Amino acid sequence: MKSNIRQSPILLLLTILVSLFIICPALLSITSGLEENYSKGWKSGFTLRWLRDVWSNYGNTVTASIAIALCCVIGNVLLGVTGAYALARSKSKLSIWFEELLTLPVAVPGLATALALILAYGQVREFRQSFAFVLVGHMIFTLPFMVRTVAASFRRQELIALEEASATLGAGFIQRFFSILVPAALPAILSGSLMVFTLSIGEFNLTWMLHTPLTRTLPVGLADSYASMRIEIGSAYTMVFFIVVLPLLWLMQFVASLADKKYGT
Amino acid sequence: MLLVCVAPVVTFFCAFWLLPIARLLALPAEKGWEMYFVVLTNSKYLMSLLNTLLLSVLVTLLTLIVGGGVGIFLARTEFLGRRLLISLLTLPLSFPGVIVGFFIILLGGRQGTIANFADDMGWGRWTFAYGFLGLFLAYLYFSLPRAISSYTAAAESMNSSLEEVARSLGASRLQVIRDVWIPELAPATLACGAIVFATAMGAFGTAFTLASKFEVLPISIYNEFTNYANFSLAASLSIALGLVTSLTLALARRWSNDPVIG
Repeated sequence: MKSNIRQSPILLLLTILVSLFIICPALLSITSGLEENYSKGWKSGFTLRWLRDVWSNYGNTVTASIAIALCCVIGNVLLGVTGAYALARSKSKLSIWFEELLTLPVAVPGLATALALILAYGQVREFRQSFAFVLVGHMIFTLPFMVRTVAASFRRQELIALEEASATLGAGFIQRFFSILVPAALPAILSGSLMVFTLSIGEFNLTWMLHTPLTRTLPVGLADSYASMRIEIGSAYTMVFFIVVLPLLWLMQFVASLADKKYGT
Repeated sequence: MLLVCVAPVVTFFCAFWLLPIARLLALPAEKGWEMYFVVLTNSKYLMSLLNTLLLSVLVTLLTLIVGGGVGIFLARTEFLGRRLLISLLTLPLSFPGVIVGFFIILLGGRQGTIANFADDMGWGRWTFAYGFLGLFLAYLYFSLPRAISSYTAAAESMNSSLEEVARSLGASRLQVIRDVWIPELAPATLACGAIVFATAMGAFGTAFTLASKFEVLPISIYNEFTNYANFSLAASLSIALGLVTSLTLALARRWSNDPVIG
């Protein structure tokens, strides 16, 4: 909102300082991934050598992370959309309880969830040593974001009316679900999916506990490179993370504004 | 039909969260009931809990003050690139904690920019990344974007006529802050403060990357579990931590309308 209140110079200064504090380290991590020698700065010349090193050491973590995030989205769409429908239409106390319970993995620190999973399934070696173990952790953590977003969309009054109308006209459940409910909730499903994907790509707290040397993801590789590699390699690897994540975030904002235009707020 | 729809998600959730968590909750009991209170009775873990609380409270306070100021500024000032700046400032919400830790190492680590600069100036190598200050700045880094985004939204819908009236009646700047801004932004402050606090309490990746000398509870849990294979102790500590974060967030839901948290 525009107003004719005079802006305080203190707030202007504060905003400039905070912007520098947030933006500078990110820029620094990009430039230092491209410099020949970090401590000599840009005068040492630019190179793509660190990016090549990242690709040969950690390239597989990038593909693994993207694959896990995709599976996470698919799994949560399959479980979450039908589940959200049931929760949105059910009037029982039990379903309200369950919806509350679903958000607990977000409220409880990732470490606790990871410990619980390891204590329960750590002995099942095939499972423990596969990417499925990491995937399950990611799905549990991201499920509430999908379910609650989609359930909110299913609860819209006009959709309930539309569904009732089609039911009285004789449409069966499957037909109603796929030709009315899913198309109507598509923006919510899409924005839930993008959120799930981004959360999964960046997840570290759970993944660090759940991973094995053969099931590493991008953030796990990042932590490893920060601890054991040259600072230039860590920077170049951070840049790779940005390259993967930034387009997603823009897409997310684009979808949100599109849905906003179509359905209003 | 509804039962068929909800069955897969209930089964999945019970198998991979509810039952494992129930097991985690029961685990310390095998070592006796006093195991549940080890975070209070053992001075080492109590220290770690107090460290985490202190850090999180300080970070939350500063985040709210600074984030509030920036949010009010961004909500009220029209300038070229305002949208872009807001999206840049909220970008770190999607960074894993390890990256934030690395940023602080880039700035204040042994080969950090600030260390190099101070060295060139002949002041010796300043390194602040591995102690309390480094941890504090890193936590501030990942908390500020959340506060900025909620305060910008809250301040955009703030009623500016109230402030104009207050000013025309001769209220000083401090009076405006105390009597107009703080009450108007109170709901955002409570909700955002709770989320920032809970996130800071449970953050693991940042402290892990910084390998800080200032030990926080998530690091204690990790060490007990991984280095000493002390499962029931790690379980007990994570129950304590989980209680703090989920109770804080339960309070936050009363004030927030976030689709997931609220």
